[in-house]
Amino acid sequence: MPTVKEILDSMDYGPAPESSAEVMGWLGARGAFGHYIDGGFTTPADTFATENPATGATLAQISQGSAEDVARAVDAARKAQPKWAKLSGHQRAKYLYALARSLQKRARFLAVLETLDNGKPIRESRDVDIPLAIRHFYHHAGWAEMLADEFPGLAPHGVCGQIIPWNFPLLMLAWKIAPALAAGNTVVLKPAEQTPLTALAFAEICAEIGLPKGVVNIVTGDGRTGAALTAAPVDKIAFTGSTEIGREIRRATAGSGKALTLELGGKSPFVVFADADLDAAVEGVVDAIWFNQGQVCCAGSRILVAEAVANTFTERLQTRLSKLRVGDPLDKCTDMGPIVSATQRQRVAALVSAGEAAGATLVQCEGQLPAAGHFFAPGLLIGADPANPASTEEIFGPVATLTTFRTPEEAVQLANNTRYGLAASIWSENITLALDIASQVKAGVIWMNGTNLFDAGAGFGGMRESGFGREGGREGMLAYLRGPSPKPRPEAQASFDAAPHPGAPGKGDPAIDRTPKLYIGGKQARPDSGQSYRVTAKGTEIGLAPLGSRKDIRNAVEAAHKASGWGKTTGHNRAQVLYYLAENLSARQREFESRLREMGANPAEAEATIARAFYYAAWADKFDGAVKSTTGNMVTLAINEPFGVMGVVCPDDAPLLGFASLVLPAIAMGNRVVAVPSASMPLAATDLYQVFDTSDLPGGVVNIVTGPKDELAKTLAQHDDVAAVWYCGEAEGRTMAEAESAGNLKATWTMSNRDWTDAQGRDFLTRATQVKTIWVPYGA
Amino acid sequence: MSPSDFARNPGTAFDPDWFEGHAVNTPAAERRAAQLPARRSLKKTYQAAWLVNAIRCMDLTTLAGDDTEARVKRLCAKAKNPLADHILTGLGLERVTTGAVCVYPTMVRAAVRALDGSGIPVASVATGFPAGLTPMNLRLAEILYAVEEGAAEIDIVITRAHVLGGNWSALYDEIAAMREACGDAHLKAILATGDLQTLSNVYKASMVAMQAGADFIKTSTGKEGVNATLPVSLTMVRALRDYGARTGAKIGFKPAGGLKTAKDALNWQILMNEELGRDWLRPDLFRIGASSLLGDIERQLEHHVTGRYASSSRHALA
Repeated sequence: MPTVKEILDSMDYGPAPESSAEVMGWLGARGAFGHYIDGGFTTPADTFATENPATGATLAQISQGSAEDVARAVDAARKAQPKWAKLSGHQRAKYLYALARSLQKRARFLAVLETLDNGKPIRESRDVDIPLAIRHFYHHAGWAEMLADEFPGLAPHGVCGQIIPWNFPLLMLAWKIAPALAAGNTVVLKPAEQTPLTALAFAEICAEIGLPKGVVNIVTGDGRTGAALTAAPVDKIAFTGSTEIGREIRRATAGSGKALTLELGGKSPFVVFADADLDAAVEGVVDAIWFNQGQVCCAGSRILVAEAVANTFTERLQTRLSKLRVGDPLDKCTDMGPIVSATQRQRVAALVSAGEAAGATLVQCEGQLPAAGHFFAPGLLIGADPANPASTEEIFGPVATLTTFRTPEEAVQLANNTRYGLAASIWSENITLALDIASQVKAGVIWMNGTNLFDAGAGFGGMRESGFGREGGREGMLAYLRGPSPKPRPEAQASFDAAPHPGAPGKGDPAIDRTPKLYIGGKQARPDSGQSYRVTAKGTEIGLAPLGSRKDIRNAVEAAHKASGWGKTTGHNRAQVLYYLAENLSARQREFESRLREMGANPAEAEATIARAFYYAAWADKFDGAVKSTTGNMVTLAINEPFGVMGVVCPDDAPLLGFASLVLPAIAMGNRVVAVPSASMPLAATDLYQVFDTSDLPGGVVNIVTGPKDELAKTLAQHDDVAAVWYCGEAEGRTMAEAESAGNLKATWTMSNRDWTDAQGRDFLTRATQVKTIWVPYGA
Repeated sequence: MSPSDFARNPGTAFDPDWFEGHAVNTPAAERRAAQLPARRSLKKTYQAAWLVNAIRCMDLTTLAGDDTEARVKRLCAKAKNPLADHILTGLGLERVTTGAVCVYPTMVRAAVRALDGSGIPVASVATGFPAGLTPMNLRLAEILYAVEEGAAEIDIVITRAHVLGGNWSALYDEIAAMREACGDAHLKAILATGDLQTLSNVYKASMVAMQAGADFIKTSTGKEGVNATLPVSLTMVRALRDYGARTGAKIGFKPAGGLKTAKDALNWQILMNEELGRDWLRPDLFRIGASSLLGDIERQLEHHVTGRYASSSRHALA
């Protein structure tokens, strides 16, 4: 070690290593790890190594979970679940509280273990990962206590299969296990094969606090183990990881009836306006992309900066970049450790090279990287155009793209020019501007003048291909609870006969022909097929309905997108339209009753539909968001936002009330809808066109395409510009709708036909919206 | 030690464009200030060296109503020998002194006498310290008096009303006049940031003081309700950086009041090093105004040398 005199010349920081002796001792004593199933560890088998990414040294041998291991774990969880759910909320709260307390008592041990296994700097595991994990268990001890009061009528799913990534191993475990347990579920959790160690240490803590056996089961292994868990007889799958795997899971679980939440990739914009505190924004970039080696799903990886300040901002950012210290993650002065694995490092390097090849300039932190380990110098890809692959692909490494914008409108366009929608960071001292941008950016989490802010009390989760479902807070609890399932009713089958069927020649003066058409963009449109199909009742033709096809769905979706004003108008205005609709429907109640009667449906549907319109008119301005209690000097808003354009595939049964029960809550929340009405009894829906026209419903808010249900539903489910699909029908169609929705990972709600008289309530509104969480720090 | 190896700040014409509309986001500044000490850690010999450096950068201060010449003499003795001999030897050092001694104007002569031959400059507060609300001619006369008495550095206070009222040109004129009165003595502008309250005010006042020719900008008199804090210091050093970027001038920074522990001394040095660089770890460009801090540093250094926790009763009083 140099002398004081020498240091007084160099003013170096010197080494400040955190000791890993205790953790290494623990690893040495354990040797190889089995799975934690039914309250005990299995004999290690089929083992693989988990390494320290900073050195490449093997830390421990881990068991590769087989389908049998998963089955045993699911059995154990299944056996434990009823008793766990039957405990009082207070009793479950005591266990969660004990978990929080025990994590706190092992805080340093867990921080060091996390850093060894993952490579993240000890400063981060110590100050971010572990404290947030502990907070999550405390917070959910509270939800367990209050469950019966705050979520009346809801029940746990049962057994939850949970698959978590390697970037925040213990924190993601906490996000998954805490709400599941609070709600009365039991779990089988698979940690990532790169970073299983803190989950195994957590298993020991579960045993230590006497958590009933089978409530938490940990099965280690790679993607094959994950696939086995996805396929296992669990009631819910919760996954955090890549969009690619998320898609596979969506397809694999389609039609299984398993509840699903997905928290996937991102390419989150980081928008710096000219009036921002530029130094604050520079530090924001450090906290965004140079945090956890950039291996953060919500990392602000696309920096968009106003042209007016682009030069100053970029210069300061480069100066700051040069101050980063890359090296031993156990050193307390280290800002960045290694990438988690050699494979990931190669992937990052390849994407960065592709970015350079496409014309961006790479600026990297200078200085020697350690020879061993998977280190990658943090950097920026300056001048990365939107078309640059580095601007569209998730790099998942410490390199952000940087490009400029001219106006707020262009900033929003660029921010939304992505398939993802996880998070966004907005920098401006003008709250009027910042809130306007926040309202327009498609992202589940928005940070103003901040980034990567998290708290157990606030929802976290994405829009678009970043997945669906929220973790944290009340909305996170809802993802681990389910309402009572209505009793299923069989669906009618429609046939599509487009050939002429001459009847008896007409007598006398012919009645004026009334031809129902499609309803697209507020206008009646002939089907692209140029065909209509026979609508019969009791074997008799009662009319013709247009035979809609793919292209009509395409046109309807386009029209729905054009009606974007509907989502921005006030709840009061939407309520007015819905009341007006009820009024006009009421004026023509008789006519609808006779139409329903003619089609063989229940005429009482007409009156029930009027009531339903009143019901959702009432809700239109009352489905409030919330202000969350999170961190100090922070306003954290949870806003219920409409999806945008939704596909709604209605039951064949209940041609008017079934349609209204699904379409009305969707539009009450500000969505625009492309609806496929009852195929065998479409005329109640087509009769609505004139009601819509006279009720001030803006064109494009409701679009109706009649025709072959599953064919149209498939086009909707596959449509990349449709954000959510509701499908009512038989199992085969439900499976199809869920599987085909995997393309853009749209949120789906599939259901059996049911008694529609009581089909209304808060759940419909929750399903019609997604929570956007907005963080606004304040301080004079 | 000479007051500075760097060229003095000549000042510039008053130009509000340099600071009007400059945004300081307070929560972000607080977050950065909280992160700085968490991101860097100093252990063992490194910590000892950085604590010695804090002594080198210290304006050892007495600014009390009951100051006497004898009291000032005692302070100066401590400034010349801030560490007990066995600590100094244990650290492998021959000589360490504080950066300066800071006193009231009527105590300057006593201090100069006591420090004769040590090379330690005497700094004097002036201009109606601490409130600065005496008539301008008297404030300028006070500077001339202190310089005449032998002060090499003058710590002036500003009229807070000029900041709170947004009267930036009046602030500029005031400080420029004081700078002129200082002559060869270096001017340290005390902004009394606890009175200015907002970080935006702190940034603007810093920039005006530098435009008016301040050699150092200093946070506090030690008499405000809130003295030096890390977020305020962060804001001031960023102003100083921005001024340097425009003019090439290197301005010094002096946090004062509120730095009481060895840990504080490390935190502020980390701030300087991370935000500005190594030059700002030298007494030419960085001073810590403190009275009690030295005692804690000496205890920590003795612990480093002996491995035993120290008692202040064994160290010479300042």
